[in-house]
Amino acid sequence: NYIIGAFKPACNISITFSDGKTRKQVPLKKENGKTVMVPLFQSQENIAGKISVEPVQGKKVEHNGIKIELLGQIEMYFDRGNFYDFTSLVRELDVPGEIYERKTYPFEFSTVEMPYETYNGVNVRLRYVLKVRNYTPPPSINTSIKMEVGIEDCLHIEFEYNKSKYHLKDVIIGKIYFLLVRIKIKNMDLEIRRRESTGSGANTHVETETLAKFELMDGAPVRGESIPIRLFLSPYELTPTHRNINNKFSVKYYLNLVLVDEEDRRYFKQQEVTIYRLADTS
Amino acid sequence: MMIPDGIEDEDKWLTAGIAGLQQNAFYMHRALDTNNLKDALKYSAQMLSELRTSRLSPHKYYELYMRAFDELRKLEMFFREETKRGCSTIELYELVQHAGNILPRLYLLCTVGSVYIKSKEAPAKDVLKDLVEMCRGIQHPVRGLFLRSYLSQVTKDKLPDIGSEYEGDADTVMDALEFVLQNFTEMNKLWVRMQHQGPAREKDKREKERNELRDLVGKNLHVLSQIEGVDLEMYRDTVLPRVLEQVVNCKDELAQYYLMDCIIQVFPDEYHLQTLEILLSACPQLQPAVDIKTMLSRLMERLSNYAASSAEVLPEFFHVEAFAKLSNAIGQVIEAQVDMPIVGAVTLYSSLLTFSLHVHPDRLDYVDQILGACVGKLSGKGKLEDSKATKQIVTLLSAPLEKYNDIETVLKLSNYPRFMEYLDDGTNKVMANVIIQSILKNKTCISTADKVEALFELIKGLIKDLDENLDDEFDEEDFNEEQSSVARLIQMLYNDDPEEMLKIICTVKKHILSGGTKRLPFTVPPLIFNSLKLVRNLQGQDESVSGDESSANPKKLFQLLNQTIEALSTVPASELALRLYLQCAEAANDSDLEPVAYEFFTQAYILYEEEISDSKAQVTAIHLIIGTLQRMHIFGVENRDTLTHKATGYSAKLLKKPDQCRAVYACSHLFWVEDHENNKDGERVLFCLKRALRIANAAQQMANATRGSSGSVMLFIEILNKYLYFFEKGNSHITLDSIQGLIELITTEMQSETVTPDPAADAFFASTLRYIQFQKDKGGAVAEKYEPIK
Repeated sequence: NYIIGAFKPACNISITFSDGKTRKQVPLKKENGKTVMVPLFQSQENIAGKISVEPVQGKKVEHNGIKIELLGQIEMYFDRGNFYDFTSLVRELDVPGEIYERKTYPFEFSTVEMPYETYNGVNVRLRYVLKVRNYTPPPSINTSIKMEVGIEDCLHIEFEYNKSKYHLKDVIIGKIYFLLVRIKIKNMDLEIRRRESTGSGANTHVETETLAKFELMDGAPVRGESIPIRLFLSPYELTPTHRNINNKFSVKYYLNLVLVDEEDRRYFKQQEVTIYRLADTS
Repeated sequence: MMIPDGIEDEDKWLTAGIAGLQQNAFYMHRALDTNNLKDALKYSAQMLSELRTSRLSPHKYYELYMRAFDELRKLEMFFREETKRGCSTIELYELVQHAGNILPRLYLLCTVGSVYIKSKEAPAKDVLKDLVEMCRGIQHPVRGLFLRSYLSQVTKDKLPDIGSEYEGDADTVMDALEFVLQNFTEMNKLWVRMQHQGPAREKDKREKERNELRDLVGKNLHVLSQIEGVDLEMYRDTVLPRVLEQVVNCKDELAQYYLMDCIIQVFPDEYHLQTLEILLSACPQLQPAVDIKTMLSRLMERLSNYAASSAEVLPEFFHVEAFAKLSNAIGQVIEAQVDMPIVGAVTLYSSLLTFSLHVHPDRLDYVDQILGACVGKLSGKGKLEDSKATKQIVTLLSAPLEKYNDIETVLKLSNYPRFMEYLDDGTNKVMANVIIQSILKNKTCISTADKVEALFELIKGLIKDLDENLDDEFDEEDFNEEQSSVARLIQMLYNDDPEEMLKIICTVKKHILSGGTKRLPFTVPPLIFNSLKLVRNLQGQDESVSGDESSANPKKLFQLLNQTIEALSTVPASELALRLYLQCAEAANDSDLEPVAYEFFTQAYILYEEEISDSKAQVTAIHLIIGTLQRMHIFGVENRDTLTHKATGYSAKLLKKPDQCRAVYACSHLFWVEDHENNKDGERVLFCLKRALRIANAAQQMANATRGSSGSVMLFIEILNKYLYFFEKGNSHITLDSIQGLIELITTEMQSETVTPDPAADAFFASTLRYIQFQKDKGGAVAEKYEPIK
């Protein structure tokens, strides 16, 4: 049910999932930038369906047996062609022989363990040769982030984000309180940054990108001002935080508070937040 | 060069801003037309991004803002329709917050917020609270002020006021209040902060710009005043203290003055009255440079008008002791602000006075108290130089006059004259004039010598020169006008009681005699006539009452008059004095005081002989003398002869023949007084007339010799008329023959070739002849008498 192009095209192969009509479909961005809709699976689900093999224009196809394989791969872009399979399940469907006409085989992988989510990063891609999304229950401990930072005799602020863990459609609520302002601030932004680190040891490669730049304040505040934060995460293409996936990669998210003064100097404070996926309520 | 460049640049930026706005507005419209919410949000946000500029002055920024405002109205309509099409308002409310730039985001949020409240999907108070909180993100003063102004604008009809469709729970008014107060506070902070932005050298320009923006802030107070649910209690306990707290704490002069004034102007008078103490207690806490005087003046002005509006509200004024509170506050302000110019203090007192006059018209002591306080402030500063201050003082001092319309009330104010001391001469005069005009306007009769004394003390600026240096810019016209006023004032002084009236006259005399030569000609005559009025009154009274032991007797009065007129000799104003002497002589005649009358005549004659040298003046004078003398009937033969003889003598000595002629024939009347048989001397009448004829002849000859023309025919005709008069009165010395002769003489003269025709003479002669004819036609004795004349 999962393989999209594992065979060479001497014949047409099609796969249908037994629950294909009802299964949720989600968009997936391919390398060429196009988006396709793919079926969505979760860990511990049964993956079952049928596969049919039809030789082209009545030709016969010789084969050394037909098997279906479920792969979980991590692909490092800088190490092109090297796939690390963390999951590999195989079902033998047929013994070696020849196929003259369309032949259909049912298959089933039951309660498949798919520990990691599909992830498309800058340098790393985690894919099942089908798309997997795991839902996490809301974290039981979710404290707010509150911190006082500053530059001596120049700028003291206190900021607060209402949580440290946000789900993908969450809203960041908070405020920035100005304790001391001696510089002329022009504006203040809140950025969401994603830090993706791949490889391990000496080969560790870190890439950071800014996914959101959200203006919080326009103009120069004075001491005592408190500026509200309300940032909806839904418009941004976030993924859950991934920590040390199969020793291959990690994805972390940071909230970066940036103050810019009139001479375009930037003052910032970065704070990690955890992003998780909450089960759709629907 | 710098400034024009700057302005040009600004215009350029504004044009660019408008262009950008319009372009995005165009795309937005297209999105609206096709119901494309996503694009509508995108382009509206881009459109609003034009408002992020820092390059425009508030004035130009406003222009841009107004355009955006109009576009946002369309967007709001679209949002409203969108919600009808099924898009939930809460979703919209979230959606607009995805915008990355804060300013467009907040404009959109306010716009959707307005729709949200209208949809009633959430309580108005929650939405308002959220909006006003979120707007904190704009800390740039100008942009923040406009954004919050927008917020105020779109929500002002959606406050959860009592009776409003958005009314909420029990505290609903409080919610509305909180919202407006918070927005007001934040706006004021931004506004005040504006002055610290940018280089110091542009401070003046910035203050000017700030001033342009003040109404954005003040609008909030107006909105507050419009909230139905704010009753007196709420105003006193919440609104006023909160607003004042902000006003005091912002420590900004411009804001404090403007906002205090706003408070005074936008809230109802009755609230001010009931919260006077709270409002006034804020005054000493304001910055020293704040123009508290104007502010308090306006407050008192408002309260005065309120008090004047209806008598029913007055008890409240008493109840809250408004006067004491205001008076107290003013005292504190003046004490606290040592540097306050004197005009400030005077303005304050002036306003307080107006207030007092409106609210406590019966409390003269208040008025005096205010004047006293103000004098206290002035004392030790010498004469005032500040023209604004003196102007203000005139207003201050005029107020009681205008109110009471009665100088007597004002004269009771002990501090009033003290005040006048501090005025410079010019102002003193102005003020004196105001006082006089008030008396004249109201026809106030000042009836005791004491009051007159006090009054003249007040107006002494007009009565005498206050200091020696006679002003260079002496304006004759003004002076004459002033003195005419004084003259009119003197005429107004009157008391029925002769004793008191005499005292009044003495007082006035004392004052005016010190007035100097320029004033006497104006002030003496009214005093003389006023005295003569008294003389006449005395005559009307019973003899026993005005006996000799009474000081107010005619004799005494005439002495006084004599002295007064004598004063004119210093001017000199002999012609005027002569007239007055004659006037007095006539009055003495009516009082049967021959010696007095004789004395006055003597004085007049002396003046004539010694002082009057101008021939024209002599002519006038001699006719006056003759006229007066003719009416005198108390003189004994001797006195009379002396005087008439003199008069005739003067007549014959006039310079010009025609004048001589006319005076002489006028003298004829001195010898023929009707109703006095012993005073009819036909012979001397004829003598006078003949003499006149002789002079006329001489005049004619002289005229013929020198000019070849003649004006003397006129004289002959005039003499003919005199003949006819005495003929008719039965003077037996006037014969028909002489009349006939005269007529013929005139006829011949008029037909003479040498004479240039004189239409006036022709007409006069024709009339005379017609009269004779008329008498003839009458019939009876008269006709008989005239019959022989041809």
